Amino acid sequence: MHAGLLGIEELNRAEIETLLARAKDFQPIQSQTVKKLDTLRGKMIVNLFYEASTRTRTSFEIAAKRLGADAVSITASGSSVSKGESLVDTLNTLAAMRPDAIVMRHSASGAPHFLARHLRAPIINAGDGLHEHPTQALLDARTILDRTNHLEGLRVAIIGDIVHSRVARSNVFLLSKFGADIVLCGPASLLPVELAQLAEGVRLTTDIREAIQDADVIMMLRVQLERQHEASFPASEYFRFYGLRLEHLDLARPDAIVMHPGPINRGRELSSEVADFTRSVILNQVENGIAVRMAVLEKVIG
Amino acid sequence: MSIVIKNGRVIDPASKTDRVADVLIVDGLVAGVAPNLSSPHAEVLDATGLIVAPGFIDMHVHLREPGFEHAENIESGSRAAAAGGFTSVCCMPNTKPVNDSVTVTSYIVERARRSSIVNVFPIGAITKGSAGEELAAIGGMKDAGAVAISDDGLPVMNARVMRRAMEFARSYDLPLIQHCEDLNLSAGGDMHEGAASVRWGLRGIPAAAEDVMVARDLVLAQLTGARYHVAHVSTRNAVAMVQYARRQGLPVSCEVTPHHFALADVDIHAYDSNYKMKPPLRACGDREAILDSLAAGAIDAIATDHAPHPGSEKMQEFERCPFGIIGLETAIGLALEHLVHTGKISLTRMVELFTVGPESVLRLGRGTLATGAPGDVTVFSTDLNWTYDVNQSPSRSRNSPFHEHAFKGGPVATVVGGKLVWQRG
Repeated sequence: MHAGLLGIEELNRAEIETLLARAKDFQPIQSQTVKKLDTLRGKMIVNLFYEASTRTRTSFEIAAKRLGADAVSITASGSSVSKGESLVDTLNTLAAMRPDAIVMRHSASGAPHFLARHLRAPIINAGDGLHEHPTQALLDARTILDRTNHLEGLRVAIIGDIVHSRVARSNVFLLSKFGADIVLCGPASLLPVELAQLAEGVRLTTDIREAIQDADVIMMLRVQLERQHEASFPASEYFRFYGLRLEHLDLARPDAIVMHPGPINRGRELSSEVADFTRSVILNQVENGIAVRMAVLEKVIG
Repeated sequence: MSIVIKNGRVIDPASKTDRVADVLIVDGLVAGVAPNLSSPHAEVLDATGLIVAPGFIDMHVHLREPGFEHAENIESGSRAAAAGGFTSVCCMPNTKPVNDSVTVTSYIVERARRSSIVNVFPIGAITKGSAGEELAAIGGMKDAGAVAISDDGLPVMNARVMRRAMEFARSYDLPLIQHCEDLNLSAGGDMHEGAASVRWGLRGIPAAAEDVMVARDLVLAQLTGARYHVAHVSTRNAVAMVQYARRQGLPVSCEVTPHHFALADVDIHAYDSNYKMKPPLRACGDREAILDSLAAGAIDAIATDHAPHPGSEKMQEFERCPFGIIGLETAIGLALEHLVHTGKISLTRMVELFTVGPESVLRLGRGTLATGAPGDVTVFSTDLNWTYDVNQSPSRSRNSPFHEHAFKGGPVATVVGGKLVWQRG
């Protein structure tokens, strides 16, 4: 395995459990007055973001700093990228400065996998195109486990723009390894039939009510308009058929939680009432993001 | 000047020859195929234990000259062809400028005369600039040496323009070669649309993008009577439709590339651009249909679609890389491995797919060892163990998924017009 973290698909269950357990250790630190450890003191992490990101980039930066590492963040605009340098050349240049890890987000699926073949520095994938977002799946699993203690046999509904979602793919890979029942739901053009072959225990439906029926976890996804090359669904009626509203929650298990990787669009994929609902764990996800990323950075660099 | 190729197993499907014999070439033309031939001062090439066949014809290559000489030129491409056992290649018109005029066709013919070690036959564009709108100077290009027309890579989307092009192709008695891809259906796609593309988050090119255009074109071929050829057929439906049209008596044909019968989408190394081409590597079922069609005699030719791209363009994010792989040097090895050694087709049939097959489409007056035919000969082995090292390729590009692939059987010597132009070192 590559020394970094490229995706969930290539991890085994034990590796994931180790990361999730370590993240749990880091949770209390988030609420201490002094939050800083010196585990990674003297280490340097480069955050290279070729795509806009607020929470993931900030979260990685804070995670690095809470472990005592130094972190530098680079965004695509204002860097050599806009001067026409190729991705390999940019990464080689950064690698020559000897960072201990490169955290990278890129709009092209597989960009970190391609680079990992040509680069020695460990790469942590912070989201590649439509492919994977491994730390998101880890923090989602951590958030679910904080509520239920287990993933096996859980019914998880993932609803929205599935085909364009790296969050969905990473979550499917992770949850499937732990024996969850996964229902993917969205408009037909965003739900290719081949998604059912992503992993064991995955089924598809275009009916949100069927997806939510008896669900333990409801994960809502943002419609990624920026990734659409075409008008592949009627946007005007998206909320009517795929927006999560309070009345839907009656179909789910009484203790079902609502998740969202953010940024949320109130009134598009979920109603404002659902976003603020007591069993919405959206902010817990954000908080767990730091603990999970600390665990990942520690594993990769430590 | 003469050469005699001794003691090989001569397979010449056109003259129904399959026996151990010598091939004598005098002054560039085949002088005879018989045992114990000799000629004073003739160069001798020992082919004991080897197959001696009419020179192989690759009806679909990109030589990149003029305009993209950093990727390939006629000279380097011709050396790659010779090293792959090809004595004739047909080069697609997507150069810069596009080969849509007498000037460019003549330039290619002249450059080939000066620098190529194999025969080069240009294919002219269907439309000006391959823009799909206005017909190119088809008649003039034919007179200048074009052997077919095609807007390869930029398929003619407008059915009306295609109809007119077919009418002209028919009147000039030129085959029209189409890269079948409905650009609306394929837009944004980087690989075959299927389980692998969905898993890797890569945008898909559905098989339907090919099928839709093949279907449309076959209807237009029926309307116009044009000789119509499907380039690099890759889907189950497309081969079936071509078969159907042929049974209706239409003068239609198709070619397949070695990579489409050797590989499917499941074989792709994730995000490795050496597996990115158009049409994309298809589903296993499509590959099986291609293999079955080859076995059933439903495919006319094997063509490589040799498409050089320099490392700087292929060393990028998968979705930014250009489409295409080089293939001249690996074609015979792959055909032996996947078609002959597996028992799908006979050795004679394989030779047909590289000789009389393309010849029947293009009518170059080649593809046979009959007395008086051009002295083009491909000598190859069916059991030589060798490993492809793309870094030793005479091509200027290195984009091959078959680097370090171990082959059993491959080209050994290439003779063009009676001249030994390449021999395995």
